[in-house]
Amino acid sequence: MGEYRFLTASSPHIHSGESVQRIMFNVAGALLLPTLAGVYFFGLQALLLVVTTTLAAVLTEAIFQKLRGRPITVWDGSAVVTGILLALNLPPGLPLWMAVVGSVVSIALGKMIYGGLGANPFNPALIGRVFLMVTFPVEMTTWINPVDGTTGATPLALMKMQGVSTDYVKLFIGNVGGSLGETSALMILLGGLYLIYRGYVDWRIPASYLGTIAVLSLVLGKDPIFHLLAGGLMLGAFFMATDMVTTPVTRLGRIIFGIGAGIFVVLIRFYGGYPEGVSFSILLMNAFTPIINRLTVPRIYGEVKTR
Amino acid sequence: MLKTFKGGIHPPYNKELTKRKPVERAKLPKLAVIPMSQHVGAPCEPVVKVGDHVKVGQKIGEAKAFVSAPIHASVSGKVVAVEPRPHSSGTPVMSVVIESDGMDEVYEGVKPPKSLDEMTPDEIKNLIREAGIVGMGGAGFPTQVKLSPPAGKTIDTIIVNGAECEPYLTADHRLMVERPDDVVLGLRAIMKATGVEKAYIGIEDNKPDAIKAMNDAVKGFKGIEVVPLATKYPQGGEKQLIYAITGREVPSGGLPMDVHVIVDNAGTCAAIANVLKTGMPLIERITTVTGSGVKEPKNLMVRIGTPVGELIEQCGGFNGEPGKVIMGGPMMGVSQSQLEVPVIKGTSGVLVLKKSEVKLFEPMPCIRCARCVDACPIHLLPTYLGKLAERGMWVEAERYHALDCIECGCCAYVCPANIPLTQLIRLAKNRIMASRKK
Repeated sequence: MGEYRFLTASSPHIHSGESVQRIMFNVAGALLLPTLAGVYFFGLQALLLVVTTTLAAVLTEAIFQKLRGRPITVWDGSAVVTGILLALNLPPGLPLWMAVVGSVVSIALGKMIYGGLGANPFNPALIGRVFLMVTFPVEMTTWINPVDGTTGATPLALMKMQGVSTDYVKLFIGNVGGSLGETSALMILLGGLYLIYRGYVDWRIPASYLGTIAVLSLVLGKDPIFHLLAGGLMLGAFFMATDMVTTPVTRLGRIIFGIGAGIFVVLIRFYGGYPEGVSFSILLMNAFTPIINRLTVPRIYGEVKTR
Repeated sequence: MLKTFKGGIHPPYNKELTKRKPVERAKLPKLAVIPMSQHVGAPCEPVVKVGDHVKVGQKIGEAKAFVSAPIHASVSGKVVAVEPRPHSSGTPVMSVVIESDGMDEVYEGVKPPKSLDEMTPDEIKNLIREAGIVGMGGAGFPTQVKLSPPAGKTIDTIIVNGAECEPYLTADHRLMVERPDDVVLGLRAIMKATGVEKAYIGIEDNKPDAIKAMNDAVKGFKGIEVVPLATKYPQGGEKQLIYAITGREVPSGGLPMDVHVIVDNAGTCAAIANVLKTGMPLIERITTVTGSGVKEPKNLMVRIGTPVGELIEQCGGFNGEPGKVIMGGPMMGVSQSQLEVPVIKGTSGVLVLKKSEVKLFEPMPCIRCARCVDACPIHLLPTYLGKLAERGMWVEAERYHALDCIECGCCAYVCPANIPLTQLIRLAKNRIMASRKK
C-alpha cells in the first residue's frame, strides 16, 4: 500500500465550498445593476463617484490593518461592498473629496474600530452617509435632475414640501432626481431578486420592511406605491437592511427587524423633518439587532413546551 | 410532498460510485483483529486466550453488563494475541487477534433456531442479544436493550432506518435492493419481540429501486409501510427520521422510546434475519469502500475484524495519493491515521478522499450570515455556540442547548467563513459533560 500519511481531523470532512469572499463579490455584482442605472442617468460623474468611494474604502481598510499590524484582508470583498453602497447613497454630483471623507468614516468608524469584518453593529455605509449628511448638509441635498443635469428636488421632497406626486413609471425606471443608486427601482429589484435566488439575502427582510410601509401608508391615507418606489427605500430594503453582519440571525428576528424599520420610515417620512427615513430606520434597527436575537432564539427540536 | 424535517443540507451525494454495484464477498482477513468494544455500553471480556483455536461464530467476548453485546469470532483459526489494538475511535481497544486458517470452519453451536412463529418475545430478544446484534448504522447501540423498554414506557411504532443519508454510502441501499425479504423478516422479529403492530421503513427518494424492492417485500405483511423520504441530510438522524415519519419530537435529552418509537437500521434487521435463518451471530456486515481515492469502489460483505487496508487493496488500492481515510461517511465519519484499524459492527463505509480533495481552510470572521442557523436540524444557533466555545463559556453554551447538538456537521458544512462549528460545539459538549461528572 505504500507509506502514506493520512490527515486526521474531526468531522465533517466535506464543505459546501461557499466562502465569505464569494458572498461579498456576489453582492458587489448585484450592486452593479443599480450602479449602471445611476451612471446611465447621471453620467460619468456618477461612475467616478463609485470608483472613488470604493477605492477609498479598500485603501482605508488596508491602511487601518497595516497600522494595527493585522493581516491585510481587503480581498474578502467586504470593503468593496461598503464602498459601492456608500456611493449609491450619495448625490451623484457630490464633490469627490467629500465622498472620500465618507468612505474613510464608513470603514474606520463604521467597521474597523469594532474589530473589522463581522464585528460592526451598524451598517458601515450608512454610518458614512449619516456622517456626510450632518457634516455637509447642503452638498448632501443638492440633487441633479437626470433630464437636463440641472439641480432640483427629489420626488420625496416634492411630495413633502409641495404635495406634488411623481409619475410611477418614472419612479420605477429611475428617471428622477435622487441618490446615485436609489433612482431605479427596477434595477434594484433585479439585483435583489438575484441575491434572494442565490440565497445571499433572506426575503423576509425586504418583504416585511416594504410590506409594513405599504400597509401603514394605506392606513394613514398616503399613496403606498409612491412611497415604495420613491427615495432610498428599495435600495435600503434589498441591499442595506439585509446586511448579514448587522441584522438578526433568526428568521423571526428578521421579520421583526423589517417591521421595525418600516415603522421608523413611516414615522420619519410622515411626521419628521426629513423627507427620507431609510438610513435612520436601518441604523436604529441595527441597534436593536442584539436584543432581537436574544428574544427570538428558536425553540429547539424536542424542547419542552412551557406555558 | 415527501416527508422530511426542518433544516438540513443537500451535499453532493456521490453515491453513483457504488449504488449499482452488487455486494461482493470480501476475502477472509489473514489476521482478524476483533475489538472487545464495538458498541455503546460496557466492553466485553475476552473468553479465549492466546493459543486457543476458534471457529466462525464462536463467542470470544462475553457481555456481562445489560448494555452490552457479546462478540464472536469472524474467522476460524488460532488466537495469536489478546491485547489492546488500534480502533477506529482513535484510542486502542482490547482486541482478540485471530490468525485465520483459511478453513472458515463453523462453530458447532451455530444452529438455526426454531421458527419465528414458535418463538416467544423473550426468546427472540435473547436470541438477538446472544447473536451480538447492535445498531449497524454507526452508533452501535445493543439492539436487545432497545427492544426492552423499562416498565412504564410503551412502544407503538417501529421505524426501520433505510434513509442512508450520508453521502457516498450505499451499504443499506444495496442490502434493501438485494435482500429486502431479510429486512422484513428482521423487522417482523422486532415487532413480535416488542408486541408492536405498526412499522414504517423510511427510505430517501434517491433510492427508487430500494423503495420498490421493499414495497414488494412488505406486501402481505399487515402493519408494515414503506415511507419515501425527501433526500436531505441528516434524514437518517434518529430524531429527524422520527419527526419526518410520525411528526413526534423526542424530548430534549430523551430517547425515541419517550415518544413510543424504536428505530432500527435496515442492516440491523437483516442481521437479525440472518440469525433466525442460520443461527450465525453477527460476524460480518456490508461496508461501502468508496471515494475518489480508491481505484475501484465497491460494496463488500466484510468479516468483522478485517483491517481497512485489506479492503482498500481489494478495491484496486489507492487512486493517486490519499489524503484522508474515513470510517463512515464524510459528514460524521472518523478519519483514521492508520490502515490497520479493523472493520467493526458499525462500519458502514470506508471513504478515501484524495489528497487534492482534502482542503485545509483558514477560518475567517463570522459574518452572521446565519446559514448555520438555517441548516441546523435541531434549530440551535451554531454561530452562538461556536463563539461561546471559543471563549470557554461552557455554562452559557449549555443554556443555548449545546448538549442537544447531534453533531451532524451541517453547520460546519455550510459555514462560508470555514469556522469549525461542529467541532467547537463537540468540544463544548465534552466540557459540559465533564463538569457534570465532577
